[in-house]
Amino acid sequence: MSPFAIFDWLARMLVTRVFGLSLDSHLGASVHFFFYDVPKVLTLLLAVSFAVGTLQTWLEPASVRRWLGGRRSLLGNVLAATVGIFTPFCSCSAVPLFIGFLEGGVPLGVTFSYLIAAPMVNEVAMALLWGLFGFKVTAIYVGFGVTLAILAGAAIGFLRLEKWVEPFVWKIRAQRSAPACESGEGMALRARLTEGWRSSSGIFRKVWPYVVAGIAVGAGVHGYVPQDFITRIAGPGNPLAVPIAVMLGVPLYANVAGVLPITEALVAKGLPLGTVLSFTMAVTALSLPEMVILRKVLRPKLLGIFVGLTTAGIIGIGYLFNALVA
Amino acid sequence: MKIQIAGPGCPNCRTTEQRVKDACAQIDLAADISHVTDYAEMAALGVLRTPAVLIDGRIVMMGRVPSVAELKTLLQGEATR
Repeated sequence: MSPFAIFDWLARMLVTRVFGLSLDSHLGASVHFFFYDVPKVLTLLLAVSFAVGTLQTWLEPASVRRWLGGRRSLLGNVLAATVGIFTPFCSCSAVPLFIGFLEGGVPLGVTFSYLIAAPMVNEVAMALLWGLFGFKVTAIYVGFGVTLAILAGAAIGFLRLEKWVEPFVWKIRAQRSAPACESGEGMALRARLTEGWRSSSGIFRKVWPYVVAGIAVGAGVHGYVPQDFITRIAGPGNPLAVPIAVMLGVPLYANVAGVLPITEALVAKGLPLGTVLSFTMAVTALSLPEMVILRKVLRPKLLGIFVGLTTAGIIGIGYLFNALVA
Repeated sequence: MKIQIAGPGCPNCRTTEQRVKDACAQIDLAADISHVTDYAEMAALGVLRTPAVLIDGRIVMMGRVPSVAELKTLLQGEATR
């Protein structure tokens, strides 16, 4: 039985008993979609961001930097990408983290593995994918995302591109004060859970309107857009669907909460799941503002390689998934 | 007391700066408040995530926007150190 059966049952009762609609009618289908998805997705959003927020207290950047320092093997990339699952950050932090990691002796390629995985595999994307497409799709997303981060980071490390980092970065020597808050070591479990709750409720307050709005649009699509509408324009018959989805995803940065519910409805109309995975990765990992800020520390060539590798990887994942499922 | 807010000037950092000012006003604390926006300087201070709040050069908060109440407790604690 689906763990979300209770939400389905409640939505069915609401549609048939309270509103007196048939589940097979356009309006009934839309209303059911809305009242089933909203509580389900919002519950998952709270739960996943609470779990990630709590785990994060063990993975403060200062500690992560210490673990990754000097790891030149592929293991460093694997470790960095895995830690990235649990430590999302806002794009403003990308540059301080980048400089801080290099300054602390973390190799360039390992730093990139972290920089790619952390924003791509974030709690909001995971909660939405889980609620909308199920646990298996979420696990595949995380697996592909981490693999991409490992490989792209390893490639940058292998190519020895340190020369294309802006020279001022290598000159910085940070003070090593003993900060009161950042180490996170020796924190009591209670304090960690409080921190998890604070992070979770903060994310919830910020994101819920987008989720509700996105699901409302998705509900309209679900009930009213004709079956197979998408199959005709973006289905397996259109070989360019994946790169187009990636291009569409880039300017939608940070709005994964509002866009994913719409794609859920589109999948039911024939949009291939691999295309959705690529789209989601493009929304989270390829952000224009982040590229603009990263330009401050990366020479254009290295920025281009970073963006190119990530884009190529994301497009490849979409094709691969669609081919495997078809 | 010298308070620095580190962040490139995104909404989160500006909110943090405003809240630090509000907190100082509410507890009548005369502090020298400045905003570090330069990445090199930020890195030299040891800031890894933004926004960060530093008191006399020590990082006391990093990676999230603190509430005014939280800042008041923190600043009062620092003032009596």
